[in-house]
Amino acid sequence: MNDIIIETKNLKKNFGKNEVLKGIDFTASRGEVVCIIGASGSGKSTFLRCLNLLEMPTSGDVFYEGANILDKSTDQYKTRTKMGMVFQQFNLFNNLTVLQNCMIGQTSVLKRSTTEAEDTAMKYLDTVGMSQFVNAKPNQISGGQKQRVAIARALSMEPDVLLFDEPTSALDPEMVGDVLNVIFSLAKSGFTMIVVTHEMDFAREVSDRVVFMDEGVIAEEGPPEVIFNNPKNDRTRAFLTRILNKNGLL
Amino acid sequence: MILLDMVPQAEWTFWKWVEFFALDKWPEFLTGAGVTLLISITGTIVGFIIGLLVAVFCKIPVKATDSFVKTAFIKFFKFLMQVYIEVFRGTPMIVQAMVIYYGTASIFHYSMNRLFAGIFIVSINTGAYLSEIVRGGIESIDKGQFEAAHTIGLRHGQMMRHIVLPQAIRNIMPAIGNEFVINIKDTSILSVISVTELFFTSKSIAGTYYKYFETFIITSIIYFVLTFTVTRILRAIEKKMDGPSSYTMLENQDAAVIKELD
Ligand SMILES: Nc1ncnc2c1ncn2[C@@H]1O[C@H](COP(=O)(O)OP(=O)(O)O)[C@@H](O)[C@H]1O
Ligand SMILES: [Mg+2]
Repeated sequence: MNDIIIETKNLKKNFGKNEVLKGIDFTASRGEVVCIIGASGSGKSTFLRCLNLLEMPTSGDVFYEGANILDKSTDQYKTRTKMGMVFQQFNLFNNLTVLQNCMIGQTSVLKRSTTEAEDTAMKYLDTVGMSQFVNAKPNQISGGQKQRVAIARALSMEPDVLLFDEPTSALDPEMVGDVLNVIFSLAKSGFTMIVVTHEMDFAREVSDRVVFMDEGVIAEEGPPEVIFNNPKNDRTRAFLTRILNKNGLL
Repeated sequence: MILLDMVPQAEWTFWKWVEFFALDKWPEFLTGAGVTLLISITGTIVGFIIGLLVAVFCKIPVKATDSFVKTAFIKFFKFLMQVYIEVFRGTPMIVQAMVIYYGTASIFHYSMNRLFAGIFIVSINTGAYLSEIVRGGIESIDKGQFEAAHTIGLRHGQMMRHIVLPQAIRNIMPAIGNEFVINIKDTSILSVISVTELFFTSKSIAGTYYKYFETFIITSIIYFVLTFTVTRILRAIEKKMDGPSSYTMLENQDAAVIKELD
């Protein structure tokens, strides 16, 4: 797997004097599922947000399909449509219905016809099991349903990569499963995905590679079996012990 | 214009006078109320459009990659907008009316149509207030909405038009309605430049018969009916903007049903 789709080189991000990312070198290959784990505040979200330029990196480079997206010559808007993003807080457009949420990007950005956009939206709403709810407004559906619509909205743009930032952290426990199942089947269908998550069982099962972030650096990365069963780094071990204890798994 | 064969008598009671004004002078009152409504509706709508344009313009992000000329132009324009807002919020509308109406007359030797002058003054005054209200409305939108719009590749303008403004406008509808009601009442200020709105008309009627209390009882009822009705209508519009409070589930993906929905 050396068909690299996303790559960062010495990526740094400061908020004022606070250095949140301290030089991240990262690659993701086409079709790869990468889970990012790490303590709260370690910079996972900031890293993900630097990939689609929701945050402007302070220094370093971000490459998408070999092109440096920080170059003026790269069309940042176009690159963004290639990277779907799913947020912890769903961020569905509150003024639009479920169907419209999945159509607006297609009609405004991809310039698809209404009919085509609607067909595409329906296809992906079906994939996430939400096609019955096309009519509903975001405030009329549950958190788990919102997150599934948010995934359908991202899929409707037919991106090459999906970025997930703790997609189940804001959900009631009984809804976590539905959303993880959707993400799991997308992963198995060959999507390139980068998933920030605290769901360790899920990470172990779904990922090709696990990245452990600690205080703004990648402290350790490797296949899930190695990271979860045999971590080299003491901090990885400490983090896993902490989080698995909390979940009552140890 | 005497419509009934009522001839004012010195010994008339208070109520007789009120009846006389109501029955005999209603066309004047109606015209005055019409002018008041025309100025306040037009003024509020134009003011709202000004407010939208100013607020949206002031929200245009200046990017590090923009050229110097573009950056300078945007900054200068934002500065002008700020001056506009401060000046028109910081001076009384009655003074603005005098300055604008008599100012154009003495500088350009041109007498504005009084009705037009009235609409003009109310519009730019309302625009200054609503710019700030629209700005607040935009700033009250959750930043997640902006981020989601960015990640699907919407441009600034598309995001404003499809996502942010519809929500912001809905949220500030009560404030817009409030501004409308204020305009209905404050249009009376325009009597200083002799715009024949309700207050000016009432004053002339009252002056003719030297019956102020009797006339202005009727005037106040008309103002109240206007503001009360407008408030109710705006409430109904807000309800309508919220859409249905429940949704229908689709049993199967019948394309025809979906079409009907948008
Ligand atoms: N917009 C911001 N302004 C200032 N500091 C921020 C901002 N976003 C994140 N941070 C800081 O950056 C650090 C990393 O945050 P984040 O990337 O959200 O961590 P994680 O997702 O791993 O919990 C935290 O200390 C946080 O306070
Ligand atoms: Mg986070």
